[in-house]
Amino acid sequence: MISISGFLGQAFAILLALFLAPLLSGWVGQCRAWFQSRTAPPLLLPYYMLQKLFNKDVVLAHNASSLFRAAPFVIFGCMVLACAIVPTLSTDLPFAPAADALALVGVFGLARIFIALAGMDIGTAFGSLGGRREMLVGFLAEPALLMVFFTLAMIAQSTSLATIVETLAHRELVIYPSLAFAGVAFTFVSLAENARVPVDNPATHLELTMIHEAMILEYTGRHLALIEWAASLKLYAYSCLGLALFFPWGIAPGDDIVALIAAIPLLVFKLAIGGFLLAAIETVNAKMRIFRAPEFLGTAFMLAVLGLLVRLLLEVRT
Amino acid sequence: MTASIPLSAQLINLFAAVILLLAFAMLAQRRMHSLVNLFALQGLALCLATLVAAVSTGQVHLYFSAGLTLLLKVLALPWILYRLVRQLNIKGDVEALINIPTIMLVGIGLVMVAFNVALPISELSHTITRGTLGIALAVVMLAFLMMITRQKAISQVVGFLSMENGLFLAATSATYGMPMVVELGIALDVLVGMIILGVFFFQIRDQFDSLDIRHMEKLKDS
Amino acid sequence: MDFFILMLSIPLVSGALLTIVGERDWAPNLNVIASLGTFLAAVGLTGEIVANGPRFAVGEQFFIDSLNVFFVALTAFVGLTTSIFSGPYMRIERDRGRLTKPRLRLYKSMYQLFMFTMLAALTTNNLGILWVAMEAATLTTVLLVSLYRSPASLEAAWKYFILCGVGIAQALFGTVLLYFAAERVLGAAGNALLWTHLVDVKSQLEPTIMALSFIFLLVGYGTKVGLAPLHNWLPDAHAEGPTPVSAVLSGLLLNVALYAILRCKVLADGALPEGYAGNLMIGFGLFTLLLAAFFLSRQKDVKRMFAYSSIEHMGLITFAFGMGGPIANFAGLLHMTMHSLTKSAIFFAVGHATQKTETQLMEHIRGLMKINPLIGWGLMLGTLAILGMPPFGVFASEFMILTHAMKHFPWTTPILLLALGVAFASIFSKVQPMVFGETEAKRLPHAPAITPVFLHLGIVLMLGLYIPPYLTRWFHEAARMLG
Repeated sequence: MISISGFLGQAFAILLALFLAPLLSGWVGQCRAWFQSRTAPPLLLPYYMLQKLFNKDVVLAHNASSLFRAAPFVIFGCMVLACAIVPTLSTDLPFAPAADALALVGVFGLARIFIALAGMDIGTAFGSLGGRREMLVGFLAEPALLMVFFTLAMIAQSTSLATIVETLAHRELVIYPSLAFAGVAFTFVSLAENARVPVDNPATHLELTMIHEAMILEYTGRHLALIEWAASLKLYAYSCLGLALFFPWGIAPGDDIVALIAAIPLLVFKLAIGGFLLAAIETVNAKMRIFRAPEFLGTAFMLAVLGLLVRLLLEVRT
Repeated sequence: MTASIPLSAQLINLFAAVILLLAFAMLAQRRMHSLVNLFALQGLALCLATLVAAVSTGQVHLYFSAGLTLLLKVLALPWILYRLVRQLNIKGDVEALINIPTIMLVGIGLVMVAFNVALPISELSHTITRGTLGIALAVVMLAFLMMITRQKAISQVVGFLSMENGLFLAATSATYGMPMVVELGIALDVLVGMIILGVFFFQIRDQFDSLDIRHMEKLKDS
Repeated sequence: MDFFILMLSIPLVSGALLTIVGERDWAPNLNVIASLGTFLAAVGLTGEIVANGPRFAVGEQFFIDSLNVFFVALTAFVGLTTSIFSGPYMRIERDRGRLTKPRLRLYKSMYQLFMFTMLAALTTNNLGILWVAMEAATLTTVLLVSLYRSPASLEAAWKYFILCGVGIAQALFGTVLLYFAAERVLGAAGNALLWTHLVDVKSQLEPTIMALSFIFLLVGYGTKVGLAPLHNWLPDAHAEGPTPVSAVLSGLLLNVALYAILRCKVLADGALPEGYAGNLMIGFGLFTLLLAAFFLSRQKDVKRMFAYSSIEHMGLITFAFGMGGPIANFAGLLHMTMHSLTKSAIFFAVGHATQKTETQLMEHIRGLMKINPLIGWGLMLGTLAILGMPPFGVFASEFMILTHAMKHFPWTTPILLLALGVAFASIFSKVQPMVFGETEAKRLPHAPAITPVFLHLGIVLMLGLYIPPYLTRWFHEAARMLG
């Protein structure tokens, strides 16, 4: 039942994602600067960066394979797809029946594999190191993310993201303790997956600590631009997912144009608050050693499982 | 399904879940100071849960019970513990016998066991808070786990007190609290026990130059 | 004046008094006088109950029937003799510099408070108060065990506190569940934890809850009884505390904890299918018995060894009550009495022996017969009595338990015989050289407070040969109550 308005809405959501994602990254950077009493970079810095990078020539290592060249496009494609699946403005998404929450985890996984392979492709020490660490984090984060989705799926009786968000957004006010657990777990996973502070630091190129940056050291020009853009999109996708799942109010239920338009400022507002909180979390916490990352993500996994258990014990009434 | 549960029950469930969460946080916590903070928070959550139960059922002794929890578990005991930590000059450090992720996994296993044990009983309860009995049992077991896996005397005591929190939660959730006289007696015992332990810590430190109970493994059946 | 009020207030008031006046020359005498007063009041109370039947006190909060009045009398008696023993014993400890004046003050006031908590636990009708009193008893004895402030005694006290704290927390959970079950029948009023009310409705209590509740109560109070596998605190606490404390721990505290289990068992039996609670107790009892018997042979410290012997006997008694029925209950009660009296007598003798030889290691204690024949005979006779040699009362009760087990639970007979045999061999082979071995040591310079030893052993001997009819009636009455 792909309606025209649904299709339009979908296209609009993707465009909005492409446009808003760098802005979100810029906003988080700005908030971090404020928190740390630094002079804030301009809000639009990520756009300038992208423009600059797109205009530059690509420099490739001699031994770079075609995989190295293809990876940025695959990753970017994956992230755009992810943004399309996540209900940001409306739950009436034509893509939604094709891809549920589990597929979303798969899409993220695909992107992860490509970026890790690309990192190892050149054969530099940092690339392999980053790739290995990325896989470690992913291997721990994915089960936790899946458990979060299972908890939510139990509430909505469906794994489709659209249905989950719809159920959560249009329920009467019921407090789900399991949602609280899932929410905290999701936050942990998001921090790890987006290379944020307790696990990784997006702003550093310090050899021993970096994960994400280590993998993309060899990229230049438009490749780098795509990867940076994809990283922004990933942050955007995770933020929107978190907002849609745990603060779903205001998302348009169907092909209602007015509600759809009203949802935009609300989304921007929620994203602004989310970005602000993210910056706050990053400022308050110190980056942990990579060896502590399993513990961090183990905690996330445990919280997600607890959410599931609490859901079973407290909330299921037959 | 869930919609039929009144708001007060939802709130109590929420606080119970928070107490469980804090029990896990305590299990994972490495620093002594934060451990005491978490304990105080757990006491606060317990106090709020009792308060909600009191408001929703109008039982007077639950108000007393909530007040007692506030005085004892949120104010008095953490204060004593802070003083002890400061005076004994305990520095936060790693002190668990097993690494923390393993403890967490064991903890999850315990929670499952506790939920399963409590399930048939919660179904018999007619109070609005019946689901929390399983959580209470889980908190007791987690506190028990903490006492087993910790080496510092103070964290064992915090585990012990956390166990007491779980028991109070059980009393509140299953039966809306024990009779007043019993609750008073329990509170008195806990307080006196805590004071005795405080004195004990100093003696232990004087004798062993440390609060690490690894030094206290001399008595064995040879 | 009400005997009951008197009995509870004497230890409480004298405990406070001993704290206030501090350590004076006459403080030990005050301790003895207070214990004597408590004992007399207990005797008066016993007479009253035997004559008039069960009664309440302080509203319905306290309840005295033939079951607990028997424990009350026993507790007050052993409390009295221990206070007599501890006077000279503690004086010598002070002269040796092991204890200072403030510690002696602490000892005496805690001793009286301990008596108070025990008597309160025994007489209360409220299962919640029972828990509170048991916990208070733990707290007072923790201070008593750590009296020497040596590393070993602190370690023992710490272990004791933590293990019993955990155990007693389980018991509280059991109590909560019990209240939960009771509330469904009796309503949320304050009397839903009163035993006398509960026993009236015991068949209506929800079986699912009661089953779980009893397990928690058994494990919880069982920790204090010294039931394996949560018995680890017991040998340490007995070995490292002052000897009078070892005597009251073994002789009294274990009994009171077992009493708590018995009260709960009566309720569980009413609510649950036949044999559920009993089988649990049989299992725990046998396991404890067997474990303790095999640990006995490995001991080097004399007080530790007798502590394990206490664990062994507690296992046997738990087993007896687990079997249930008038005969086994009778035997269990009798064995509890015998064990209390004998074991405290042994600890008195051991206390003198260790004080003389200044060691608790058995290989260094030799020739007690030469040092002081009274101590030597006291220890030898006490050991024979606890091992169940015929003229003594322990033989009678052990014989009853064994024969009853053979008849109704034949499969347990080999286990019982094995455990008792191993215990006999290990203890006897260690005590014999201690008493009759060669020694260079001189005679004891001071006269030991040996009267309590022979007083206890005399009673045990008498009860082995002849149980007065009123005592039999009384035991039967109590055994019948246990079902």
